[in-house]
Amino acid sequence: MEIVSHTVTNLIIFVLAIYVGYHVVWTVTPALHTPLMAVTNALSAVIIVGAMLAAALTEGNLAKWMGVAAVTLASVNVFGGFLVTRRMLEMFKKKDRATGTEKAETAGAKH
Amino acid sequence: MSLNLVTLLYLLASVCFIQALKGLSHPTTARRGNTFGMVGMALAVVTTAALILKLSDMKAAGLSYVLLGLVVGGSVGAIMAKRVEMTKMPELVAFMHSMIGLAAVCIAVAVVAEPAAFGIHEEGVVGLPFGNRIELFIGTFVGAITFSGSVIAFGKLSGKYKLRVFQGAPVTFSGQHALNAILGLSMLGCGIWFVATQEWMPFVIMAAIAFVLGVLIIIPIGGADMPVVVSMLNSYSGWAAAGIGFSLNNPMLIVAGSLVGSSGAILSYIMCKAMNRSFFNVILGGFGQEGGTTTGKQEQRPVKSGSSDDAAFMMSNAESVIIVPGYGLAVSRAQHALKELAHKLGEKGVRVRYAIHPVAGRMPGHMNVLLAEAEIPYDQVFEMEDINPEFRETDVVLVLGANDVVNPAAKTPGSPIFGMPILEASMARTVIVNKRSMASGYAGLDNDLFYMDKTMMVFGDAKKVLEDMVKALEAL
Repeated sequence: MEIVSHTVTNLIIFVLAIYVGYHVVWTVTPALHTPLMAVTNALSAVIIVGAMLAAALTEGNLAKWMGVAAVTLASVNVFGGFLVTRRMLEMFKKKDRATGTEKAETAGAKH
Repeated sequence: MSLNLVTLLYLLASVCFIQALKGLSHPTTARRGNTFGMVGMALAVVTTAALILKLSDMKAAGLSYVLLGLVVGGSVGAIMAKRVEMTKMPELVAFMHSMIGLAAVCIAVAVVAEPAAFGIHEEGVVGLPFGNRIELFIGTFVGAITFSGSVIAFGKLSGKYKLRVFQGAPVTFSGQHALNAILGLSMLGCGIWFVATQEWMPFVIMAAIAFVLGVLIIIPIGGADMPVVVSMLNSYSGWAAAGIGFSLNNPMLIVAGSLVGSSGAILSYIMCKAMNRSFFNVILGGFGQEGGTTTGKQEQRPVKSGSSDDAAFMMSNAESVIIVPGYGLAVSRAQHALKELAHKLGEKGVRVRYAIHPVAGRMPGHMNVLLAEAEIPYDQVFEMEDINPEFRETDVVLVLGANDVVNPAAKTPGSPIFGMPILEASMARTVIVNKRSMASGYAGLDNDLFYMDKTMMVFGDAKKVLEDMVKALEAL
């Protein structure tokens, strides 16, 4: 039997993933759209996987240094993206705690 | 480590990525989501490192190159993430889009040079398989456009650079669309040439045209439309990653790329809708210029203006206050002063809430982050749909550095912004507007809200005015 080509399999994954992406992203609260963009920056930096293959497994100079450049560029995003997202999300958390203690204090004052 | 195991681990990483986005549905689950994302990424990188070790017969020499890039890029990224100011988030995001675009191009070049290293070289066939060539072509041009477009967007957002293309005002010239079309077609031609022959020349020309095209696509778009541009480039960077995933037959890259691509597309749609413009209208550009011409023919109308003390007195006597922050607030770094004011009002028993328009700020959700930075509790911050019915029941609305998003002209048929969703500040019993001057907003329209009987204008820098209000409240 004929084997289904890679491109077709990839296309199936692609279409289904867009479907998942569409539905998941609509559930994201508008308040967190900026962290969403930062974290998607980190996620698209998963091309670092391809960059690693290029940097480690190629032999010619051109391909190798292109690979190193790509690893460098992508890791800026991997680290930068996740860390800045965490920093932003911490800000949303801090207030949680602040109001929590405030509430606790007022509750304590009433007793 | 078998290839099957590698692929299964990649699947696990893909699931983590989906979880990372899903977590963002609420601030309380978002941090866990982000951790999922980091775990997924670590899994992807470690798995690939193991795969590399296996393929190179346990020789770690190749990995040292990877480590070099990882350390350099990682430290740059970490430092930027730590230092960046929240008002500068849009620039950082644009910068990161350009990183992805350029990385995608670099990878594509490496694949064309040595397909065998990526395991996509078929035995007995010269060069790349046909399908992979098409995918490489797509990955490369999307990557190149993302890179140069993001560089221009970065320049426009930061507004620090003298170069004309980095200015907020749109750059337009006659025959612009024709030129873009010709370049687009010649890029396609070179792409087909490359797919047919797999030669370097068409590949390089194609990439070069794509870089130029990226610049040309972004320069006609005005500074006010940057939220759309940033979201759009976000989407492109995802498609570029997916394109590379196709060329390398890597399902994880395809999944991550499609998630990012659809996320950016949805954000662009939300931004366009909030600005009442079609996507093509934004892309074809030149909006800022139209605005400039309509400002000239306004007649002078009387406004009521008052001092910060008057405004503070009015708010302290109110039962409920809704604050409408605009980008002017962020520019004058007044978020902390605002928090202080809200705190003082809260102490006096006034119910304070914030109303956020989707395009407040320079990117989607920007204002929410700026308020969060000032430690304003997110349960006091409301989206447009949720708070609009509440304005009727509100005593005082305080508009800070916002203009078009509260313009009641959006309800009048025939107005250029007719149909744009607005915050219904004009429904409140009293409106206090803080602006620097009577200058019109981005749409270049006069705002009837400012001339209403119940409106009081407080002119001045937002930070100064807010600090004066706090002082006045303390004195009361």
